[in-house]
Amino acid sequence: MKYYDKLVFELSKPGRCGFSLPEHVVEGYAPELPERVRRTEAPALPEVSEVDVVRHYTNLSQMNFGVDTGFYPLGSCTMKYNPKIDEEMAALPAFQEVHPLQDPATMQGTLRVCYETERALAALTGMKHFTFAPCAGAHGELTGLMVMRRYHALRGDTARTKVIVPDSAHGTNPASAAVCGLEVVVVKSRPDGLVDVDALRPLLGPDIAGMMMTNPNTLGLFEREIGEIAALVHACGGLMYYDGANMNPLLGVARPGDMGFDVMHLNLHKSFSTPHGGGGPGSGPVGVREGLEELLPRPRIVRREDGHFDLLSEPSEASAGRVSAFLGNLGVVLRAYAYIRLLGREHVGEVGRYATLSANYIKEALKDCYKLPIPGLCKHEFVFDGLINDGAREGVPGATTLDVAKRLLDFGFHAPTIYFPLLFHQAIMIEPTETESLETLDAFIAVMRQIAEEAARDPQLLHDAPHTAPIGRPDETLAARQPVLRYAKG
Amino acid sequence: MASFAWFPHTDEDIRVMLERIGVENLDALFDDIPEAFRHKGGFDLEPALSEQQLRAQLEALGAENARLKVFVGAGAYDHYTPAVIPALAARSEFLTAYTPYQCEISQGTLRYIFEYQSMICALTGMDVSNASMYDGPTAAAEAVRMCVASTRKRNSVLVSSALLPQVIEVIETYARYSGINVVVSDSVLEDVCEGVLDLAGVVVPSINRYGVICDYTGLAEEVHAQGALLAMYCDPSALAVVKSPAEWGADIAVGDGQSLGIPLSCGGPYLGFMACRQEYMRKLPGRIVGETSDAQGRRAYVLTLQAREQHIRREKATSNICSNESLMALWVTIYLSLMGPEGLRRVNRLSSEGAHYLYERLLATGKFEAVFPDQPFLKEFVLRPLVDVRRLQERLYAAGFFAALATEEGYVSFCVTEKRTRAEIDALVKALEEL
Amino acid sequence: MSNIKEGLRYSESHEWVWVDGKVAVIGVSDFAQAEMGDITYVDLPDEGDSLAAGDDFGALESVKASSELYSPVSGTVVAVNEALADQPEKVNEDPYGSWIIKVEMSDPSELDALLSPQAYAEIAK
Repeated sequence: MKYYDKLVFELSKPGRCGFSLPEHVVEGYAPELPERVRRTEAPALPEVSEVDVVRHYTNLSQMNFGVDTGFYPLGSCTMKYNPKIDEEMAALPAFQEVHPLQDPATMQGTLRVCYETERALAALTGMKHFTFAPCAGAHGELTGLMVMRRYHALRGDTARTKVIVPDSAHGTNPASAAVCGLEVVVVKSRPDGLVDVDALRPLLGPDIAGMMMTNPNTLGLFEREIGEIAALVHACGGLMYYDGANMNPLLGVARPGDMGFDVMHLNLHKSFSTPHGGGGPGSGPVGVREGLEELLPRPRIVRREDGHFDLLSEPSEASAGRVSAFLGNLGVVLRAYAYIRLLGREHVGEVGRYATLSANYIKEALKDCYKLPIPGLCKHEFVFDGLINDGAREGVPGATTLDVAKRLLDFGFHAPTIYFPLLFHQAIMIEPTETESLETLDAFIAVMRQIAEEAARDPQLLHDAPHTAPIGRPDETLAARQPVLRYAKG
Repeated sequence: MASFAWFPHTDEDIRVMLERIGVENLDALFDDIPEAFRHKGGFDLEPALSEQQLRAQLEALGAENARLKVFVGAGAYDHYTPAVIPALAARSEFLTAYTPYQCEISQGTLRYIFEYQSMICALTGMDVSNASMYDGPTAAAEAVRMCVASTRKRNSVLVSSALLPQVIEVIETYARYSGINVVVSDSVLEDVCEGVLDLAGVVVPSINRYGVICDYTGLAEEVHAQGALLAMYCDPSALAVVKSPAEWGADIAVGDGQSLGIPLSCGGPYLGFMACRQEYMRKLPGRIVGETSDAQGRRAYVLTLQAREQHIRREKATSNICSNESLMALWVTIYLSLMGPEGLRRVNRLSSEGAHYLYERLLATGKFEAVFPDQPFLKEFVLRPLVDVRRLQERLYAAGFFAALATEEGYVSFCVTEKRTRAEIDALVKALEEL
Repeated sequence: MSNIKEGLRYSESHEWVWVDGKVAVIGVSDFAQAEMGDITYVDLPDEGDSLAAGDDFGALESVKASSELYSPVSGTVVAVNEALADQPEKVNEDPYGSWIIKVEMSDPSELDALLSPQAYAEIAK
């Protein structure tokens, strides 16, 4: 075992310290706290030197895989390369040192960044206004649904308690609806993977608040009948919600606002290239069409007639409420702004086109080894349903999607999204993004073909993968049956 | 036009790829999109900038922000960030990774989240922490939902009016849509003793919006006697010295981790923490990392207890959250590793010294009156201004300070962290004396 | 081929019922436990909860799945097998020996709508 293969707690020694702080600011001024509110025992935090902290976390980082390590074809996650300049700009002290409750007059630069980002997102989506208050995609969904409910409530239409969600939707859609107090009605997909419009019609009625859709959907297919679907939902009095998780192929190509969507969210950490950070922070701005902006949560950034920027902070009757502490994850918005300015109007049209080009290229190159349930053009991603020949034989079960994913790790590639969407039992969902070169895609294709050959020849090799990662497959059943969720001094 | 360095496609690459797919050109890849929905013409965006132009642009925008010495807290605290944190957190293996689904190549992320959970448990005294949430107020709103989920068929939550205004507003917003009845209370203990119909939970601040360290003697017993849960909203930095939620008998601890070395950044990204007692583990929303081993007996970390979550439970999940503020959890974990118990105590002592010194000097100007003269505080306090608040604030902004935040009650709020020097405090007081 | 125990009644959602006077003892079938794989947690109701036939009263959890449990009969929960909270694997090891709840039935005629072992065998495959 490597020396630094420890928890930071295991490097601790009483009396050691990794901080550099003065002894006093103004000596003699800090009174002892009264016993009734004083903590009795010091918290069991580690006591570690700075060099140990640095080595420990450097070693941990080396047990990780990021976009900067290698190709990351994780479906529906849009793992594109994150320009380095964005990080440096977001770390500028002029932005980092602003307190969120300062007078807007003292944070005009930050507010201008937000305002200009909002204008750019509006131009790219066909929405009229955006809020940056939601901190993630799921948070954006929840906020968007709150806007939807507020819209109906303000019209006195309180009977609309249900929301329609396709069976191919991301799991967050029904969960967000439930948190928002809406009942989920599932509409089925047809064998061609698109929403079944005939199955949708009978679901529509005076109890429907709206419909949530991802377009292209989680199979990477563009919902061609979106115009008709939107018209049907609008005719019954509902609103159309666009889940922006799959916006990347449409960037510079098509706009949800033109398709009849009324409310939407974007994931800045997907389409707008801000780093995923190991699971956050993200940003899930919510956009609305003209006429719905008063429903957005507070505070809202507005541009005054004199060109200065202001904040509408007071709660209002129309507003959906407040969904986060202050203005949202502005550090993430700043990175997205930098990305948009680098792209400019000249390059934005290339994002969706190259992303779609890459996805179709991989699909065509692998469809003789992996089952492609729905042929034809895909957008930014597509789904295989496992291996064509999984190598199953007497006494040795065939290689599964999980095995393929784990074997990929041995070749220095991240695995695709697996077992989602739920429409297929062995789903492998591949999204390459626009920032990968032809050589990288070819290398991935070659490895996927090799794995398919290995599966046919020796599926056990795949069952035992990964062979070269820092650990092998962990015992997840043990982890769930006997949860160990924090360090206990051994 | 500036070139864009992040697309690797040569014309030849594009030709090869299109040929393989069997379509004529890039636009033909979108033949499945009805003509009416394909965007014609350009997009109303600014022209592309080169990297150098972008740098100049953002530096110019940054210059539109005033550079102020911050003497306000109210949910965002200007504590010092040791240089180690940005240096380590910028490592791109951390920065550019996704949620640790493929645990074999995500042990770095999983391990620091496990450490983070352990540290949050150490600070709060709770048994189980999740991997973090968006921010403090949303964690509080999730705590309210958790109270209701843990006490079947109960639907009312009593919320202290002394919580930060943004915490109350977010709780009310979430509750409004999930049909939870929120009662904002000026005297929580009295109201609980009187009995609240249907009471599922109570949310109180450890240190309130006026900076006062609250005394909750007897509250947990009363809340539990009613069959409800007690959730406490805390400043985790202060937990090194003030009584922990566990010591007060709380069931759930929530708050904002920003005070643990995360920059102000005009409100985010921050981090919400959330921890609970063992018996409520299965009701805790959010990602959770657990320890296990691989087939060779090597220690391994995985996302666990996932059956609570949205990708499995869909509409029956404990929450719709499907991420955490992972990188900010790394910031907090590194911060707490550097500080240890002694460093965190020191931060509190230094902040308290500055705050009490400022408090005394401000009262001595004769322009303020004490509001809670006998109540203990650490780094934050309110005073009643005897001068016009607008003029006061204008004077402070002009002198380069953000201080004296006006509250709903007509007080002004101050906060002093260890970043503020005696000279800065003296300069602030001098600026006010000239008023 | 899963084991379907004689002498029990079954629901289409894979619960079994053993009738002891007015009390229905309820568990899940061998087929159900095999479909779930390693069960990591059994979410149990409280004693005294009242259930209508078809209500969900808890759930089985595995690492990657969760399956709701539905009461085949109406009535009041009079006992809960707390041992499963610590040893969920018992459901895998001995599904017919691991009862989950006991319900005092308010309408024993509901039993007539349940499946015989032979009829259940048609579903559990």
